Amino acid sequence: MDVVMLSRLQFYATSAFHFLFVPLTLGLSWVVAYMETRYVRTGDETYLKMTKFWGKIFLINFAVGVVTGITLEFQFGTNWSGYSKYMGDIFGTLLAIEATAAFFLESTFIGVWHFGWKKLSAKAHAAVAWLVAIGANLSAVWILIANSWMQNPVGYTIRGGRAELTDFFAVITQKFAVLQIIHVLSSAFVLVGFVIMGISAYHLLRKQNVDFFTRSFQIGLVCGLVGSLVVAIEGDLHAKDVTEKQPVKLAAMESLWETTRQAPIYLLALPDEENGRNAIELLPIPGALSFLGHGDVNAEIRGLNDFPRDERPPVLWTFLAFRGMVGLGTYFILITIYAFIRRKKLLESPLLLKILVLSIPLPYIAIQLGWVVTELGRQPWIVWGMLRTADAVSAVSVLQVATTLVGFFLIYSLLGIVGYYLIFKHAKQGPQLESA
Amino acid sequence: MDLQAIWFFLWGLLWAIFFMTSGFDFGIGTLLPFIGKTDEEKRTMIASLGPLWHGNQVWLITAGGVTFAAFPLVYAVMFSTLYSALMLVLFTLILRGVAIEFRSQQNDPRWKRIWEICIFIGSFAPALLFGVAFANIFKGIPFDADGIYHGNLLTLLNPYGLLGGVLFVMLFLQHGALWLSIKTTGTVQQRAAAVGQKAWPVLVAVAVIFLAASWYATDLYANYLNHPALFLVIALAVAGLLAARLFMAGQSWIKAWAASAVTIVSCTFYGVIGLFPSLFPSSLDSAFNLTARNASSSPLTLKIMLVVVIVFVPIVLIYQIWAFKLFGSKVAAADLAHEEGAY
Repeated sequence: MDVVMLSRLQFYATSAFHFLFVPLTLGLSWVVAYMETRYVRTGDETYLKMTKFWGKIFLINFAVGVVTGITLEFQFGTNWSGYSKYMGDIFGTLLAIEATAAFFLESTFIGVWHFGWKKLSAKAHAAVAWLVAIGANLSAVWILIANSWMQNPVGYTIRGGRAELTDFFAVITQKFAVLQIIHVLSSAFVLVGFVIMGISAYHLLRKQNVDFFTRSFQIGLVCGLVGSLVVAIEGDLHAKDVTEKQPVKLAAMESLWETTRQAPIYLLALPDEENGRNAIELLPIPGALSFLGHGDVNAEIRGLNDFPRDERPPVLWTFLAFRGMVGLGTYFILITIYAFIRRKKLLESPLLLKILVLSIPLPYIAIQLGWVVTELGRQPWIVWGMLRTADAVSAVSVLQVATTLVGFFLIYSLLGIVGYYLIFKHAKQGPQLESA
Repeated sequence: MDLQAIWFFLWGLLWAIFFMTSGFDFGIGTLLPFIGKTDEEKRTMIASLGPLWHGNQVWLITAGGVTFAAFPLVYAVMFSTLYSALMLVLFTLILRGVAIEFRSQQNDPRWKRIWEICIFIGSFAPALLFGVAFANIFKGIPFDADGIYHGNLLTLLNPYGLLGGVLFVMLFLQHGALWLSIKTTGTVQQRAAAVGQKAWPVLVAVAVIFLAASWYATDLYANYLNHPALFLVIALAVAGLLAARLFMAGQSWIKAWAASAVTIVSCTFYGVIGLFPSLFPSSLDSAFNLTARNASSSPLTLKIMLVVVIVFVPIVLIYQIWAFKLFGSKVAAADLAHEEGAY
């Protein structure tokens, strides 16, 4: 393998791992702040216990998320120095603002929240929880603005062999970024919803701490239901925006080879990249893809064969990842609607509870697949239409990158095993041992 | 001063604040196996930095981010030429970060032992490596016109580089020992105070050797000789060292810590001023040097970042100082017995 492929693998592994832990902190930070506020308002001790129980899960995720986040910031320089030279004027600015204006807020106040129970009044402590949530989510907003710029560069000019910023406002308010922010932040709510519902269901099945976990479940249910609906509505707008700005990515997402009017979506399809066609195409929904892309069943959708081979992303994986994500998204809506209907009879719905326990990994998978669509679907470009990934890599040796890739694999495996072991242990234990 | 020059010094300032804040975290982590004999002593030491180390570490992310934003060419060449050293810093920092959080999660001596080793390595190694890296930057890094590195990890481990590493370790050891003296009581405090006093003469000796070696190994003094008033920065570092010793003798730990902070900041600026206008000089040919002039972002980006920094850095400092004060009192037994979150 060459340096480009190794560096891509390393960036994939480190960012995918990072994003196993971060989305839960995004959603959970709001939920914990809400629970603590309810405690302050009502004086109900159960809310305090909930704050501490779910807060601890937040803290473990935060710990792993932070340390793996530093890796990502450094890697643009260590492994992608070609990219950094070319894009630093814009991309570096967004990362620096993220640290200064958002991440400081989260990191400083998480320490205050964690250790300040006896140092602050109840109200002030709850206010700190909100600051953490704002910091965490603002941090994500800036990172997503930066990522959106790689998908759809705006507000720049090419000068002196690099991209230079000309319109900061355009960069931070572009539609692609707004959509991506809504998508990621609401999918974080789906995740936190399923994690809370799943853990609560585990205890409800065993009739442990019924009041505590019923209330937790209801909060998780609202997050999961609202989150998955917002993701779906936004997803529709997102698809239309991608059709306009990254048509070849859309064609890969749906494995459409020939430019077609009234393009259908095949419920069963399998791309054959070698021959530029689908090996299997079954069960078409007529006009569905045209509708997805343009809101009009008769509209024309450009197929992959319209684009030069060296400008197409890897079709099979982009296609499968998109299918998987949409399939899971549909499941999330259906199961949360069903759970909503059964919300008053949870204890009499053991099957639903079992399904929800088993569903905990699914939103994690959906989020990972979403990033595969976004990032793999962007290939062969590191910045859409402007800079190829292969031209962005650092002048480092195969040995160097191979060594660090192995190093990351070992260290992250350790973090993953220990991190999830601690979360599992805490989640299984439940809140009753908290005050021991 | 023009924008590029302002950014050059802001760049130095952010690294200086990182060393000043995370410096005591690194020092305490390095001292953990030596001062902390019992589990309670170790927990006291970790608790002394517990609420603050996350916020301290963000200064590294900010310093890195600002290097990226204001001097993208420096960021690209610095991070890729120092690839192996930086990755080593990263690996050890990752281990330290999770170790601080994970250690207290299981009450099993072997479990705790593993994470203590990680805290030690993750504090000592970054301190040493940052020192090695910065000393090598003062000296110049062997990279060519295309930013390609002609050396390896061992190239950086030259005598001057290692001396820089030792200097950083000693600075942070004293800084950490003084923080422990402020924050703890009993045996931990006695041991920390003793370490601070024993480390001081070693630190002074290393600092003097480093200043002398810089004369031979680097071009840092050229700017000082052209503008002798700049020698005040070195005088400030010396004053900080002397004041730290005096305050230690009088057991005024907070003042001693502040003096140590002054030393760290002025040591950083000693190098930064000597480098000006270079941020990342090449040892192959000074024509390849990356400077504030040839490696900066566009004027618009520098302006936007200046506004961001002028607005947000003071806000960050205000709430971080508030947090420092909130957790300013000594770590008490009650903090360790606290039902949740105690280390």
